[in-house]
Amino acid sequence: MKNLFVSSSPHIRSIETTSSIMQNVVIALLPALAVAAYVFGLRVLMLVAVCIASSVATEWIIQKLLKQPITIDDWSAVVTGILLAFNLPINAPWWLGVLGSVFAIALVKQCFGGLGHNFMNPALAARAFLVASWPVRMTGSAYIPLTDTFTSATPLGMVEAGMDPSLLPSHLDLFLGLNGVYGSIGEISALALILGGVYLIVRGVISYRIPVTYIGTVAVLSLIFKQDVLFQLLSGGLMLGAFFMATDYVSSPSSPKGQIIFAVGCGLLTVIIRLFGGYPEGVSYSILLMNVAAPLIEKYTRPKIYGLRPKEVKEGGQ
Amino acid sequence: MKSKTFRGGIHPPYRKKRTAEASVKVATEPEIVTIPMTQHIGTPSKPLVKRKDYVYLGQKIGDSDGFVSVPAHASVSGTVVAVEPRHHPGGDDIMSVVIESDGLNQVDPSIKPYGNYQNFEPKEVISIIQDAGIVGLGGAMFPTHVKLSIPPDKKVDCIVLNGAECEPYITADHHLMMARPKRVLQGLRIAMYATGVTKGYVGVEDNKPAAIEKLREALTPEDNIEIVPLETKYPQGGEKQLINAVTGREVPSGGLPADAGVVVLNVATASQIAVTFETGMPLHSRLLTCTGDAVKEARTFEVRIGTPLQNIIDLCDGFVTEPHKIIMGGPMMGLALFGTDVPVIKGTSGILCLTEKSAFVPEPQNCIRCGKCADICPIHLQPLYISAYAQKGLWAHCEELHALDCIECGSCSYICPAKRTLVSSIRVAKREINDLRRKGKI
Repeated sequence: MKNLFVSSSPHIRSIETTSSIMQNVVIALLPALAVAAYVFGLRVLMLVAVCIASSVATEWIIQKLLKQPITIDDWSAVVTGILLAFNLPINAPWWLGVLGSVFAIALVKQCFGGLGHNFMNPALAARAFLVASWPVRMTGSAYIPLTDTFTSATPLGMVEAGMDPSLLPSHLDLFLGLNGVYGSIGEISALALILGGVYLIVRGVISYRIPVTYIGTVAVLSLIFKQDVLFQLLSGGLMLGAFFMATDYVSSPSSPKGQIIFAVGCGLLTVIIRLFGGYPEGVSYSILLMNVAAPLIEKYTRPKIYGLRPKEVKEGGQ
Repeated sequence: MKSKTFRGGIHPPYRKKRTAEASVKVATEPEIVTIPMTQHIGTPSKPLVKRKDYVYLGQKIGDSDGFVSVPAHASVSGTVVAVEPRHHPGGDDIMSVVIESDGLNQVDPSIKPYGNYQNFEPKEVISIIQDAGIVGLGGAMFPTHVKLSIPPDKKVDCIVLNGAECEPYITADHHLMMARPKRVLQGLRIAMYATGVTKGYVGVEDNKPAAIEKLREALTPEDNIEIVPLETKYPQGGEKQLINAVTGREVPSGGLPADAGVVVLNVATASQIAVTFETGMPLHSRLLTCTGDAVKEARTFEVRIGTPLQNIIDLCDGFVTEPHKIIMGGPMMGLALFGTDVPVIKGTSGILCLTEKSAFVPEPQNCIRCGKCADICPIHLQPLYISAYAQKGLWAHCEELHALDCIECGSCSYICPAKRTLVSSIRVAKREINDLRRKGKI
């Protein structure tokens, strides 16, 4: 008999892998991509392709230069590429996508140690970098297709500009993402994003905790501040952020309690920025800020360990 | 009624159907048996016989003075051909008594049935159990009499029999509960008598409804015993998880089941206690499942202790394909063997022969902090962080995250999508922490 293989237990492994998880995320993003291509045209596919190609290429080049194992087959750079493209305005030039991808992969991901070590969501950090560096190309009319001469701003932009509420799109249009509801490429259709999000929850890729808490917090706060709740939920990048960005494993807490605190923080900051801040939209910055707070949240929300008695503080008291 | 369970755990493919549906066979008697002097946790036994001695079936051939120790017995009658270190499933060479069987099964004349256990004092019952070489047959091989000897400062009020058999592939306890439910319960009654407790439970995973039924039918009206269906989930048969599922209690961190008022015994251990009182015979045979996708005819066998592993594989008609890995026990916590030239020992619940396809362990990748390991950890630890600290040698950090509470069930390594060897690094951390503690540095 040939030599037997000997290793420590366990001797079997689940079939789920990093790449199967990432592939599921890609699948979940497809409905939103389809709506975007329908609304904005083929230019969407060009931008997505550019972002994917430059993200994957950046990862490959850096790993090659640093003589590290090439891990582009884990599909994580593909996900970053799509998410970055989803955060771009339709009129963004292709080189903006390239620069964003290089920033996301090289600076935010690889500089900190590669997959699993980025302290922020790479795609969102890249978006913030692009908004800060090319504000005109990343705001305002950049989101409106050149073919549409009637509309002039995104729904949240209209509110920020103090436009007549009767001119705002209907809830149904916001939900479907049709009829001149514009925004970043991937954020326009709440329905498509919810569909993808539910798929991820059903497949066990993400837990319902972050998206539900995040969206719930925004709803409750909108109610408190007497806003149109449905409008706040369906417009802007909330669905994209809640289902696909805030749930990034690496930059969010892993403990259930931590995830809830993290998501409440995201919701709180989103509403504060939207209602009181200078920007019409607050999803990306709120997630980035909570990303930075995630390690601290994680530290203070460790799960209760089996057999460990909670400190008996009540001793002697009534 | 809804099956009880604990929080956490995984659902690996169980693959039990093949051997659950095949009948149990009594394995052909071996011509040669190798009885290691270490088949238990504790002080090793010393051989009581020498080469060329004639030994009877059931004769004590090894013993020690230690309390945490049990004697070893001959599982055949015949001639001692060697008393020397031999390969042990654990990987080392261990002092063993090798007996060539005469095929006659001449029982040691001093062996007589004990009869009714109530004729003995509880203390005597415990010493009979020790004398019969009985250890935990689930695989841990902890001496049963030690579990039953409850220190005066601890209060135990129930005994839980472990019939969960949560390890995939293995169906030895399943067949035992189906064929000998009365014996299992009788063993529980004896253990309850020995410890002076009045409440007994048998926890069985709900993927064995027929076994649950048989056990319930075997109960008598006088029994204060409950058969508890448990959710089919690994590691449902882990001592701490079983206690939590059945009684709702938690074993305190660093403590023993007795600290939660519970003693846990395997159903096969209980059955052996009953057999010993019924016949006087010490532990000399057991049920084990030989299975895996590399063997031709998978089956559960009744096997004499000391039988060469190769004999059992031959009884399965050998291999379909060359096995890549042979495991003593189940795939989650079993021990990978270097070869089949080792004997069946008291803790051998299964022989699992896997092909390269089913035992493939992929290369680990970066942790993506998905947190699945923490979600499913049955102790609610955070394996991702303990393992990360362990790889950096930060043992104090590992201790702070309660690495020592890890039960090494392997669920974290199983579930990890990045295929990281989480439990292995936690094992290393536990060893280092214990080492530092001994040296007083932590």
